[in-house]
Amino acid sequence: MIKWWKILSALLILYTLIWGMLGPVPQLDILNETIRNVYYHVPIWFAMLFQMGYSVVYAVKQLSKNDLKTDIISHEAAQTGLFFALPGLLTGSMWAKFTWGTWWTFQDPKLNGVAIAVLIYLAYFILRNSIDDEQKRARIAAVYNIFAFVMMFVFIMILPRLTDSLHPGNGGNPAFGKYDLDNNMRMVFYPAVIGWVLFSLWVLDVKKRLAFLTYANNEI
Amino acid sequence: MNKTLLYQLIKKEFILEFRQKSTLAGILVYIVATVFISALSFKKIIHPTIWNALFWTIFMFITVNVSSKSFMQETKGKGLFNYLYYHPQTFILSKIIYNMVLMAVLSLLTFFFYSWFVGNMVQDFGMFLLALLFSSSAFSGVLSLMSAIASKANNNISLMAILSFPVLMPLLLVSIKLSKHAIDGLAWSVSYKYLLILVMLNFVVVALATLLFNYLWKE
Repeated sequence: MIKWWKILSALLILYTLIWGMLGPVPQLDILNETIRNVYYHVPIWFAMLFQMGYSVVYAVKQLSKNDLKTDIISHEAAQTGLFFALPGLLTGSMWAKFTWGTWWTFQDPKLNGVAIAVLIYLAYFILRNSIDDEQKRARIAAVYNIFAFVMMFVFIMILPRLTDSLHPGNGGNPAFGKYDLDNNMRMVFYPAVIGWVLFSLWVLDVKKRLAFLTYANNEI
Repeated sequence: MNKTLLYQLIKKEFILEFRQKSTLAGILVYIVATVFISALSFKKIIHPTIWNALFWTIFMFITVNVSSKSFMQETKGKGLFNYLYYHPQTFILSKIIYNMVLMAVLSLLTFFFYSWFVGNMVQDFGMFLLALLFSSSAFSGVLSLMSAIASKANNNISLMAILSFPVLMPLLLVSIKLSKHAIDGLAWSVSYKYLLILVMLNFVVVALATLLFNYLWKE
């Protein structure tokens, strides 16, 4: 059975893909037409952060309820989040090439933060794989997940606002919303955010069901 | 939480450490050898940024090495006794405080040897020492929890490094920034912001570690 929000996410993403390319955008120096990347790059990162948050919520649930299902969901959500980091990085890298003139720079705290976030979640998967006992694995992985998320949050959300960053909205650079995101763009940007977040939930839903089936199969 | 029990536990850690002088001496040799190697390989460091980066890299490796053993001596029987006798928060706090003291001393020693062998570039000593002390205490908070996690996962040393390096990164960057300001001798009004973040990170880390250790402890 297909749920309504899955259809909605597909429609919204289709709409933003088409109208994002055709719709009117403000003409700005340097950015030029690359401003359309705001419809893809930013919502994909939102989807990733949403999945990481989802994973942490289920890690907290795991610690309070000690239910193995929550551990599986938490793990799958972290995997989905890492999966969304890939297109987020690719679109961001392309955008950086055309506006800042380089594919990657170590000067930007947000880029470093993302690299660290990827490392943190890879460490989480390694930790999870190195413990055999299910109950123990669920608890320890949840503990690391919560701790790592808080540190990642400090890194991505708080530190860039204090130091200089090339990203808009940081270190004195104006955010897009302030001057550039006009009403035409809003009509595409907000649906894009909703669409990508719903799409990430869809991915998570499929992965979750698969993981539950595998788990049930292994148990027999 | 019982204060006398906490005091007892910290005292026990120190007694154990001084009874087994070989580990402490081992750490000292480790520090001197690392600093000496870097002095030999760099010959002379002129650039303050490189001086700073090298110092904090050495600092990070030393702290990870020192703290990785903090839960290794907890055997199964001892763990059961501790579990029955102490509150988990008392237990982790004792480990954190012990590690804080140890790391503060070791970081000062590292700084001493480093400025002896490699040369000293710090202009604002007060600020640098504050950065050193606060970052070593925050490091000990993070690393105590990470070593507890690693000890639950079969005491794998490489796992300790894998788990703690990415988590230490935000702390390390703030301390590097702060100590760079101290090296350049900038005014306190410029760098107090970073000092404030470091202090706040201390609170966050210690609070999280004490909260989460509850769940790690149950076997």
